Amino acid sequence: MDARMIDRVPTDLSRRLFLRAGAAAGGGLLLSFGLPGLGRAADETLGGPFEAFVRIAPDGLVTIAAKRPEIGQGIKTSMPMLIAEELDVDWAKVRIEQSPIDAKVFGEQSAGGSTSTPDDWEPMRQVGATGRAMLIAAAAQRWKVPAVGLTTEPGFVVDRAGGRRASYAELAQAAAALPAPDPKTLVLKDPKTYRIIGKAQRQSDTPAIVEGKPLYGIDVRVPGMLYATFLKAPVFAAKVAKVDLAPAKAVKGVRHAFVVDGGSELEGLLGGVVVVADTWWAARKGRNALEVTWAEHPTSAQGSASFAAKAAELHGQPPHRNVRTVGDPKAALAGAAKVVQADYSYPFNAHATLEPQNCTASFKDGKVEIWAPAQNPEDGRELVAKTLGIKPEDITIHFTRSGGGFGRRLMNDFMVEAAWISKVVGAPVKLLWTREDDMQHDFYRPAGWHRLSAGLDAKGEVVAWRNHFVSFGEGERFVRAAGMNATQFPYGAVPNYALDVSVMPLGVPTGWLRAPGNNAYGFVLQGFTDEVAHAAGEDPVAFRRRLLGEPRLIGEPGKGDSFHTGRMRGVLDLVAEKSGWGRALPKGVGLGVACHYSHRGYVAVVMEVAVSEGQVKVRKAWAAVDVGSQIVNPNGAEQQVQGSVLDGIGSTLGQAITIENGAVTQSNFGDFPLLRLADAPEVEVHFRITDNPPTGLGEPALPPSPAALVNAIFAATGKRIRSLPIGDQLA
Amino acid sequence: MTVKLTVNSQVHDVDAEPDTPLLWVLRDLLGMVGTKYGCGVAQCGACTVHLDGTPVRSCVTSLSRAASRQVTTIEGVGADPVGARVQEAWKAVDVPQCGYCQAGQIMSATALLHAAPRPTDEEIDAAMNGNLCRCATYLRIRKAIKAASGQVEA
Ligand code: FES
Ligand code: FES
Repeated sequence: MDARMIDRVPTDLSRRLFLRAGAAAGGGLLLSFGLPGLGRAADETLGGPFEAFVRIAPDGLVTIAAKRPEIGQGIKTSMPMLIAEELDVDWAKVRIEQSPIDAKVFGEQSAGGSTSTPDDWEPMRQVGATGRAMLIAAAAQRWKVPAVGLTTEPGFVVDRAGGRRASYAELAQAAAALPAPDPKTLVLKDPKTYRIIGKAQRQSDTPAIVEGKPLYGIDVRVPGMLYATFLKAPVFAAKVAKVDLAPAKAVKGVRHAFVVDGGSELEGLLGGVVVVADTWWAARKGRNALEVTWAEHPTSAQGSASFAAKAAELHGQPPHRNVRTVGDPKAALAGAAKVVQADYSYPFNAHATLEPQNCTASFKDGKVEIWAPAQNPEDGRELVAKTLGIKPEDITIHFTRSGGGFGRRLMNDFMVEAAWISKVVGAPVKLLWTREDDMQHDFYRPAGWHRLSAGLDAKGEVVAWRNHFVSFGEGERFVRAAGMNATQFPYGAVPNYALDVSVMPLGVPTGWLRAPGNNAYGFVLQGFTDEVAHAAGEDPVAFRRRLLGEPRLIGEPGKGDSFHTGRMRGVLDLVAEKSGWGRALPKGVGLGVACHYSHRGYVAVVMEVAVSEGQVKVRKAWAAVDVGSQIVNPNGAEQQVQGSVLDGIGSTLGQAITIENGAVTQSNFGDFPLLRLADAPEVEVHFRITDNPPTGLGEPALPPSPAALVNAIFAATGKRIRSLPIGDQLA
Repeated sequence: MTVKLTVNSQVHDVDAEPDTPLLWVLRDLLGMVGTKYGCGVAQCGACTVHLDGTPVRSCVTSLSRAASRQVTTIEGVGADPVGARVQEAWKAVDVPQCGYCQAGQIMSATALLHAAPRPTDEEIDAAMNGNLCRCATYLRIRKAIKAASGQVEA
C-alpha cells in the first residue's frame, strides 16, 4: 500500500515554511511562501505569472491563488477562504485564480488522500496573517504609531484611537517594501471571530460552470492544435503485431497515423495506434477504419472468474503470511461459545470520471508545455521526462479544472501519451480518450476476498476476530492500492485478533479509488460486524457501542491510523438519534447502520431501504460526521458528504469491472451503471464538532455507505449481501 | 461540404461531413466547448443541447439533422428567460461539484420547465434520469429545478 495516499500524516509545513513578500509587477503586494532551500533569492523581483498566494493590486483587487487542483472537491474555494479570513478581506471582493505549478512557491500541489485540509489548515492561515501583519506594519509606519494599537476590518487597517483608516490598496505598495514577519510572531484569529471560515460560501467556479465557460482539460485550445485518439490493446500492455495504417490515413482530415511501440510498465506509455486529425471526430473515424492484430501477451489468460477460483483455493490453505496478531486468536476461536464465519468479496471498480481522460501537449525544441486535468502533476513531470528523455525543468505543466477525479488522475498515463504524440507529429495535440478507452484502461480498485471469523463468549463478548484477506501481489508486495492496514477496527478492541494475507499475481493496472481500501473494508468489516451483532442477539447500534467501549485512543497519537473510540461513539450516537433508530417499520422496510474511520474522519451512516419484488429502494440516508473542530466551508462539506454517501450507494447497487481473456468487458455507462437522479435518496448531513484539528472530507463519508445499505437490506428482508455489487442478488 | 448551422441565433458556415455529430461541430469546429462529451452513445446526457427547443443528445445528432433547426447550447440558453432562471437557480443552490455534467443538466432542466412549468417529483425523475452525474449532485439538481419553478426557495 502506498502510505502516501492513505491516511497520510500531514507534514507540518508551518514549521518549515518561510514567507516571502515583494512588489507585484504592476505595483502592490505579492505574498508567498516556499520551503527552505528551494526558494529563489529573496531579493529576486516577483512577477510574471501569478507566482504568489496573494496579490493586492493598487486598485484594491485582492487575488488569491488556489494552489491545488480542483476536481470537484471544492478546494479551489475552501483553501483561499483560509487565506482571506486571516488576511481579513471582504470575501465578495476576492478573485480566485488557479496557481501555476511551482513547488518552490506552493509546496505540495496534489489532490489525494483528503490531505489538503489537514496539510493546509495552518500554513494557509499563516499566509493570510502575514499579509495582514505587513499591512498593519505599513500603516504604523505611515501614521508613526506602534503597530500593536492598530487592527483591521475587511480590507482596511484601522486606528481606533486616532480615528483613521487606510485601505489595503493604499498600503500595499509600502507593505511590499517591508520584511516578512517571523511566522512564530503571528497571532491567528480566534475562530469565534471568523467572518469567512465556517460560513457557507459558494464554490468559486460555479457561475463559470453554469454559463458553459471553458474550464476543463477537454476544453483547452492552443493555436495550431491537432486532435488525437489512441487505440491501445484490450489486454494491458500487449503490443501491436500487425496493422495497415492506410485506411485511417485515407479518412478526410486525418494527418497522421502511427504505431506506438510502448513499454511494459502499466502506468507508462503503452503500445497501440495513434491517429491525429484536424478534428477529433475525423481522428476517431480514422481509428474505426483500422484493423489491428495484437501480439500475444502473458496476461491474456487472466480473468475475474479465475481470480475468484484462486481466492477460494487460497482461503482453503494456510495464509501466505500474518500481518498482525494480538493474543491467540486460534485458541480463542476454538474455545468460543459461538463462532461466526463469513466470506466477503468485492469486484474491481472503475473511477469513471465524467470527463474522460485527456491532455493537451505542445512539444517544441526539446521542451514541452502541458495542459492537464491532473491530481498529481509532479509525478507526471517525472514520467514525461523519463519517457521522452528530456529534463524535468523543460516541462511546463498547467492545471485545468478536472471533470471528476476520485483518484483516477493521480496517475499520469494520459500526460505521457499526449507529450509523446506531440513530439512525434511536431505540433500541439489534444489527446482525448473515448469513454470506452476510459472504462477499459483505468487503474482499477482491486478486487478482494475476505474470510472472517469472530468468536463470542457465553455473555456475547467478542473474544476473537480473524480476517484472512486474499489480494493481489507477489511475496511481501501488494499491487498498488491492494494492501490492507492491520489497524482497521476492531483491532485494539478485541483481545485476540489476526490479519492474515494471501496474494496472487495480477496483470491489471490498479490504483486509488476514492477512500482507497476503505471503500471496500467499510463494506466488509461493517457488514460482518452486523452479522456478529445478530449472532450475539443484540441490536446493531447497541452492539457497536459495546464493541467501541470506553472512549480511548487505539494506536499512537497523531498517527493517521490511530482510532479514537469516543469520536466514533459520538457520530454513532448522533446518527442513531437523527435517524430515529429503533422505530417500528412496515414489512419490507429496514434500517441499517455502519460506522467507519478513514482519512482521519469518523463517519456513521444510517439508511432506510424498502425492498419489494427484488428491487431495493433507498428511501433516506443520514450521515453523522466528525472531522474536527472546524468545518471550513459548510456548503462544500455538505456536498462532499452527500456525494460520497450517494457514490457508495451507486457502486454497491451495480458497479463491477470484470476481466475476461485479460481485458475489461465493460465499455460504457450501459454496462457500468452510475447512480441516477430517481434513485438518489435524500441524505441528511450532521456534523459533530470536536476539539481536534480539522481534516478532509473528500473521502471518509463513502466507506460506511455500502455497509449501511446492505445492513438495511438485511433488516428489511433477512437476506445478507456478502458480495458486491448487489446486482440481481435480491431477485 | 459547407452547411449552414444556426447556433444560439447565429448562423455559421460549417465545413464538415453531414454525418458529423453536432457535438464535434460545436466543440472542435465552432470552438463552443460548453457542451460536453461523456459517452458518445446517448448514455450520459452531458452533450445535451436543444433542437428547436427539444432536448437532444448532440453526440448522436448529425450535422445534417441539426442544419435546418435552431440549435441552443449552454452558451446561449441564458437568452431564454426560462434558461436564465434555471442558471440563476443553479448558482443560488450551488449545484455543481466537478461541474462537468452540469451543462447537460441545465439544458434538460430548461426543456423540462418549458414542458412543465411546475414539475412534480415524478416529472423531474422522468425528465432528468438520463443525465448522469458522477459526483451525484442529484439532490441539489432537484432542489434547483424546484427553485427555478418557484416551488421552493433556493
Ligand atoms: S456524450 Fe452524448 S449522451 Fe453522453
Ligand atoms: S458535477 Fe461532477 S459529474 Fe456532475
